[in-house]
This record gives sequence, structure tokens and C-alpha cells, in this order.
Amino acid sequence: MLDGVQGPADQLAMRIVSRMASVVGAERLMDITGAHIDSSLYMGEATLEFAEKLSDLGAQVKVPTTLNVSGVDEAGWQEWEVPAIWAKKARQQMIAYEGMGCTPTWTCAPYQLELRPEFGQQVAWGESSAIVFANSVLGARTERYPDLLDICAAITGRVPEVGLHLTPNRAAQVHLQLEDIPRELQEHDSFYPVLGYLLGGIAGDRVACISGFEIEPNEDQLKALGAAAASSGTVALFHIPGVTPEAPSLEAAFQGREPEEQIKLSMDRLRSARSELTTAPGTELDMVVLGSPHFSLAEFESLAPMLKGASKHPKVQFLITTSRAMAALAERAGLLDPIRDFGGRITLDTCILTTPMLPEKIRSLMTNSAKYAYYSPGLLNVSVAYGGMAECVNSAARGKIVQENGIWQI
Amino acid sequence: MADLIQAKPVVAGRAKGKALVSREPLSLWGGYDQETGEIIDRRHSLSGQVAAGRVLVLPYSRGSSTTTAVLLEALRAGTAPAAILTMAEDAFFALAGIVAEEMYGSGIPILAVDRAAFERLETGQWIEIDADGTIRIDA
Repeated sequence: MLDGVQGPADQLAMRIVSRMASVVGAERLMDITGAHIDSSLYMGEATLEFAEKLSDLGAQVKVPTTLNVSGVDEAGWQEWEVPAIWAKKARQQMIAYEGMGCTPTWTCAPYQLELRPEFGQQVAWGESSAIVFANSVLGARTERYPDLLDICAAITGRVPEVGLHLTPNRAAQVHLQLEDIPRELQEHDSFYPVLGYLLGGIAGDRVACISGFEIEPNEDQLKALGAAAASSGTVALFHIPGVTPEAPSLEAAFQGREPEEQIKLSMDRLRSARSELTTAPGTELDMVVLGSPHFSLAEFESLAPMLKGASKHPKVQFLITTSRAMAALAERAGLLDPIRDFGGRITLDTCILTTPMLPEKIRSLMTNSAKYAYYSPGLLNVSVAYGGMAECVNSAARGKIVQENGIWQI
Repeated sequence: MADLIQAKPVVAGRAKGKALVSREPLSLWGGYDQETGEIIDRRHSLSGQVAAGRVLVLPYSRGSSTTTAVLLEALRAGTAPAAILTMAEDAFFALAGIVAEEMYGSGIPILAVDRAAFERLETGQWIEIDADGTIRIDA
């Protein structure tokens, strides 16, 4: 490919993959069998020029490839404040990636789709929250692929043979032990973003093992845990003995090695992490946003009964961000009407952090997502309050931030 | 007295500028305003500092895989740091430098230094970087 025999697009993509292989010290390249592309996100002229350059050169992906969020809700952007020029360029970037043969999934949670990688499958995924899910929950194998490299991997079908593609690098290094964390809290959705936020700060870029669960967390809880840990830290893989597939036991999680560091997580530490996620100075509330990573069908199922008979306060906006596929399933199951009846709206393909959709007057957000809570103050210049799904719904109905400390005070 | 450090040029090049140093990793997505070069991660120790034209020194890039795209946008817009030094080879920063070379013919130097050298770097030092990875520090 480097010699250009397979065309200029393959040549450019392979030159970038090869140069990166030498940066990361890979001795050779290896094959992948799938990819998930975060480069599809329109960030400005440069990301669009890169996409169009590849597309103009005739690039085609060699492996089944899904697309992360885009820079615009293709069908619904006009309901919001998105400038027309932004929508046009973000749309152009979407077309460029679709033209390369990628599947237009437009979601940061591609693992919620039917076709997802299997245990042991070697893939090249972008999107930090998806990477940690693929590695930890599915047991697929991906390095942390940055934007621009993910698409080069998909075009060439090759990646540097390093990092989390290789078994020895998948052993846990740091051991976090839940200490006297009540079962009731472990079952609660508001626990996992907080635990993940704490995990990211402690683990940094190391592989972590968390033990001490009394329950088996579900996929949405693990999704929230990973997304938070990949925001406050660089966590790309965690193990939970007896829960995640590479850790049938504690010994297996560490591949028989000794932990570099052991840390006990007490209620005190978790409570202080929970309060760090909130930056809002008071109870003033403009908007409630759920769905980072993108809302799943199971989350729509949990939400619907909470909204029954209620409606949002007139001065507060209520938004769910999700994928086309999840919205279609939820619609079929009658789970979107309760959201509309409540006065809520749904944004597809993108999220509040990746498209300039929010009106200037939105100054205070509440969310159940540690990722939204982590990034919104910097990216949107707003204050945030963190709470579980029920706290978010209650706050939207009452028109002010209402955080319930009960379950956290045990 | 100038102090010399030998770094590993991950993406080679020459640059000079005032150092802006943090011991904390940073995600450029949500952490770097590509239009102004300001550090906007409100939980980060460099929040509010402008890194455009500075020699940015960080242990590594944290979090989002969009960090590379933000750096490429900043490079195109002229709001990028003059160079980035990290404690080990940082693939996310390196990639932006490499793609900028492929797309626009020039990037910025990205260098890796060892821990001892990393700890000698302080905000405000005047730094000159040579293509072979030699770093000259003037207090």
C-alpha cells in the first residue's frame, strides 16, 4: 500500500499508520476485523478537509465500520440554534465518511447495535467511552484510537501491533476495592458515573480492577462507569471479577501478577467524588440532558414510567440524546410518546457537546452523565449539576435542581 | 546559564517559546479552545492560560479521542502551541503533528522527555527546540 499500487488513498492512510507505528514502537502491523470512527465528528475546516481529501482520493474502508456521532442532527438541527453554515459543513463531513463505505450509525454507543464485536475480536475503535466498553464489557481488543487514525486503520485494515491488542498488556495494574458500599447504592444508576469519575482520577491510563460488588452491574451501568473513567482519566480497560469477560476471577484480572497499587474506596471518597461532579452554585436550572453515551432502549424503558402524568416545568428544557437505531426501537415500543407528553425533546446523531445547538440563555444544566458533567463547563461554558435519572426528571418537573442525598448517606 | 536536555523527537522540528507546564494530563477536547488557544478545562490547573505559541509541557493527553482533531484544527488556525513536550511518546499529539505535515506540509515538534527532564521544566522558562531533539532551557 505504501508504494501507491493500491491507489493514493490507501497510500496516504498507510503512510499515517506506519508513521504512528514507529511513534508507538510497534515492530509490525496486524489485521483488524472492524472499526468505529470518531473522525466523523466535524470540528472545523481541518477535520472536513481531511475527510474530503481521503474521499477525493477514493478511499474505501476494508473492514465493517461504524460511525460515531456527527457534528449535526441531520434531521432535527433546525429546531435548535445550530448555524446553517455549521450544519452544511458537518453534513458534508457525514457524506464524506458515508461515501467511504462506513455504516451511518452515527452513535457514540455502537455496542448497543445488533452487530457488535465479539469476545477476542481485534478492532480499531475511536471514541473514549466506546473504547472502554469494547475492551472491558465485550472483551474485544482495541487500543485507544485517536480521531484521524481510526479511519486510516479502517482504510488499510491494519494497525500497529501494540498495547491493548496484546494479552499481557490487558492485565490489571491497579486494584480498587469497594469498601462497605451498601447494596442499595450499588443497584442505583447514580452510583456508576461517580465510581467511574473516581476510577479515572485514580487509574489515569492504567488498567484497573474493581472488586467488592455485591450485584452484577448491567450494561448501562457499565457504560456509565466506563464513560466517566474515560473522561476524568484515560481508562481504556477495566475488569470486574465475576462480571467482565476477561476476569472470571481476581487472579485472572491481574493475569497472576501483583497489583501495582491497591486502594480502598470508602463511602466518604465516593461522596466527595459525587459532589465534585456538580459545579452549579445554587438550584437555578435551565435544562436537563440525558444520554451520554447515547440513551439505550433499556434506559428509555426506565425513563417512561418516571414521566407518567408529569410534565416539565415551562422554563426548563428536557432533552434526550440518542441514536437513530435506539430512537426507532423506542418509538416502536411506545417509549417516545411519554417523553413528548412530558414536554421533552430528542436529538439524534450527535450530542450537546458536539453540535452548537444550545441557546445562549442556557447557563445551568443537570445531567445523569458524568461525561456531560465533566465536559460541559469547558465546552459550553455552563454550570452543571449531577444526579440520577429520577433526580433529573424530578428537577425538570420542579424547575430547579433537586438532588436527593438519601441513598448516598447510608 | 542555559540548561540542555536531550529529548526524543516524536515529530521532529524546530520551535521556541515560553514554557507552559502542568503535571496533570489534559484532554484537548473540552480542554483547549481551538479558536483562541485558551485552556478551558475548568477542573485543570492551567485553566484560563493561553497555550497558543507556548511550549506546552504535559505528562500525557487524557480522555477524549477527539484531542487529535482539536490539535489539528488549532494547527490550521494558528492557535496551536509552538511545540508539545510529554513524559512519554504521546500518540494523540504525535498524530496531529503527522497529519498536519501530510495535509499542510508542516506541523509542530512533539517531543518525549524522561521523568527527570520533565521535572526540570517550569512555566515561564524560555525554551528552544532543535530538530534533533536538543532542548535549550533559559530560566
